[in-house]
Amino acid sequence: MLIVSAQAPALQVAGLTKRFGHVHALRGVEFTLGAGESLAVFGPNGAGKTTLLRVLAGLLKPDAGTVQFGGEQLVRSNAAHRRRVGLISHHSLLYDGLTAAENLAFYARLYGLAEPRAAAARALAGVGLEARASDAAGTFSRGMVQRLAIARALLHDPEVMLLDEPFSGLDQRAAATLRDLLGRLRAERRTMVLVTHNIDEGLELATHVAIQVAGRFASLGPRDGDLAAYRARYAEATAGA
Amino acid sequence: MLIGLLLVAAIYVRALAFTPEEATQGLAQKIFYIHAPSAWVAFLAFGVVGICSAIYLFVKDPRLDLLAASSAEVGTVFTTVVLVTGPIWGKTIWGAWWTWDARLTSTLFLYFIYLAYLVLRSAVDEPGRRGRYSAVLGILGALLVPFIHVSVYLFRTLHPMPVVLRPGKPELPGSMLLTLLSSFAVFTIFYLALLARRYAWARLVDARAQSEADRADASR
Amino acid sequence: MRSVLAQAWAIAAKDLLLEFRSRTSFLSALVFTALVLAIFNFARDPTAVSSVDLAPSVLWITFSFAGVLGLNRAFTLEKENRAIDGLLLSPASRTALYLGKTAANLVFVGAVEAIALPLFALFFNVPLLDVLGPLVLVIALATVGFVAVGTLMSSMAVNTKFGEMMLLVLVLPFLVTPVSAAAEMTTKLFAHRPFAEWAAWLKLLAAYDITFVVLCTLVFEFTLED
Repeated sequence: MLIVSAQAPALQVAGLTKRFGHVHALRGVEFTLGAGESLAVFGPNGAGKTTLLRVLAGLLKPDAGTVQFGGEQLVRSNAAHRRRVGLISHHSLLYDGLTAAENLAFYARLYGLAEPRAAAARALAGVGLEARASDAAGTFSRGMVQRLAIARALLHDPEVMLLDEPFSGLDQRAAATLRDLLGRLRAERRTMVLVTHNIDEGLELATHVAIQVAGRFASLGPRDGDLAAYRARYAEATAGA
Repeated sequence: MLIGLLLVAAIYVRALAFTPEEATQGLAQKIFYIHAPSAWVAFLAFGVVGICSAIYLFVKDPRLDLLAASSAEVGTVFTTVVLVTGPIWGKTIWGAWWTWDARLTSTLFLYFIYLAYLVLRSAVDEPGRRGRYSAVLGILGALLVPFIHVSVYLFRTLHPMPVVLRPGKPELPGSMLLTLLSSFAVFTIFYLALLARRYAWARLVDARAQSEADRADASR
Repeated sequence: MRSVLAQAWAIAAKDLLLEFRSRTSFLSALVFTALVLAIFNFARDPTAVSSVDLAPSVLWITFSFAGVLGLNRAFTLEKENRAIDGLLLSPASRTALYLGKTAANLVFVGAVEAIALPLFALFFNVPLLDVLGPLVLVIALATVGFVAVGTLMSSMAVNTKFGEMMLLVLVLPFLVTPVSAAAEMTTKLFAHRPFAEWAAWLKLLAAYDITFVVLCTLVFEFTLED
């Protein structure tokens, strides 16, 4: 485990276990992150990366283990916890039939933000989509959808951001825009956990790197190598799988 | 072995119950001794499903889910017996395969609930979700049963049926009453035996799936 | 409590806005209604069966199936882009989600019923103006009963292998009480029978509604991923 700061760490996970029927999706995952740090989790499909994120997001209840945000333990169905977390997935979680502004205003209402429409407009401006505010989300390109999804995730100003394969399906330009945005999030001292099976993505944004295989971390530590080094480590860790 | 013995005992006692009784209403009336207790078991079995479902949602013990599912399967079989013996009896007595008799109709709707439960289980692969969904349906279904009874009863009292020979519970002479009561007891034992058997089988299947999953995990 | 209602309202409004924009389910329900009315009219022999006798059954068959059509949309629309995750991620309570969805369904089904009822009175020549008040009450109570259960069931059905067929199978047993009670009461109303003759049905329906609305609200969270 990494202890990075003296005060309560932004995100602390211990002994996380989750089974689905007979399948062990998570088997004792542990890590600690301070504010502004970001963990990149690499792993093959079926390693349990998405399950890990869903537990952190409060969508799944673990069978065992604890998750703490700033020292406060996460309890299931805790609305307060969900206010502190944002999730960006490769699905947009948006309604094609609503306009960009309507999508965001809806979520702003669910998060109980005062003046939902104003919050939506600000979020749209933050990702450079204010010109398309009145267009249906179904008409957006993949890159624009991802930007809108980021706007949605940032509406309530979460301190922890979770990203599930965020680069999948994006072209070069959209991926570059996403990287810029994520860099900004880091500069804003948000804590991030990014999971992906593609080691090329997200490595440079990470302060810490983990390799997840079969429900547990085969390795975990601060980023201390370049892409080639991690590729080698990843190949080694996943050789048996 | 014990279960096998129980089964045999159940059938034997039933057979015994049959022989000394010669019904005055003709041989067809004997079906009543299968029909009525089957109906009782059908509803009892769903009661078990309902209780197991309710506890399961709190405790999340997968064994409760297996018990509920076993009871549902066994209960469906008994319900089928009711719905088959009913028309057979009805045809011989009144010449009609089906009448919207209160009890038969209630049993028919119970059958729909059972079928919905079984179809739902077959439609979900993941055991945790399957257990949750089944439990939800189990609780709702169990609470629906009294409403169906009342609906059907109201329907019947406000729509007088042709009263020829009703398959109700008329005053029975002592010996027939005894047979009836003992058949209820025997069928209940029979149900419990079948339930235990089915549940044991379900546990075995589950254990095998678990050990296969464990083996697959270990090799990763 | 207030925020639960506010969230439910936001969810219901969003659902209705989406439905209003696409209109597909609503139009299918209306087309189905018109079809049923037309077929029944052509299929019966006017001399053999009087319309007043047939009318309640036709009305309730129409309402039930149009209702199921509407129920299907409730959670299938959350499947695109995994929007349901967005709802579950938010601090919105699960109860608010259930109430919002149920409310939207009620509006949808109610709208279909509001259009079908006059059409039906027209086709079947049933004078319903003088019993309109009690009739609307009966329709409202029965609709609440089957929409409350149907919304819960659709939350499960959408995640099963059989999808929409599953919803029909799940909901069918639960339609029996509200629809049969409503059909009985409709018959009595059309025949201008006194209240005492159908009071028992009304009590049954009210008891059903209370029991199942409360039960479904309590149990709803178990249908969501845990």
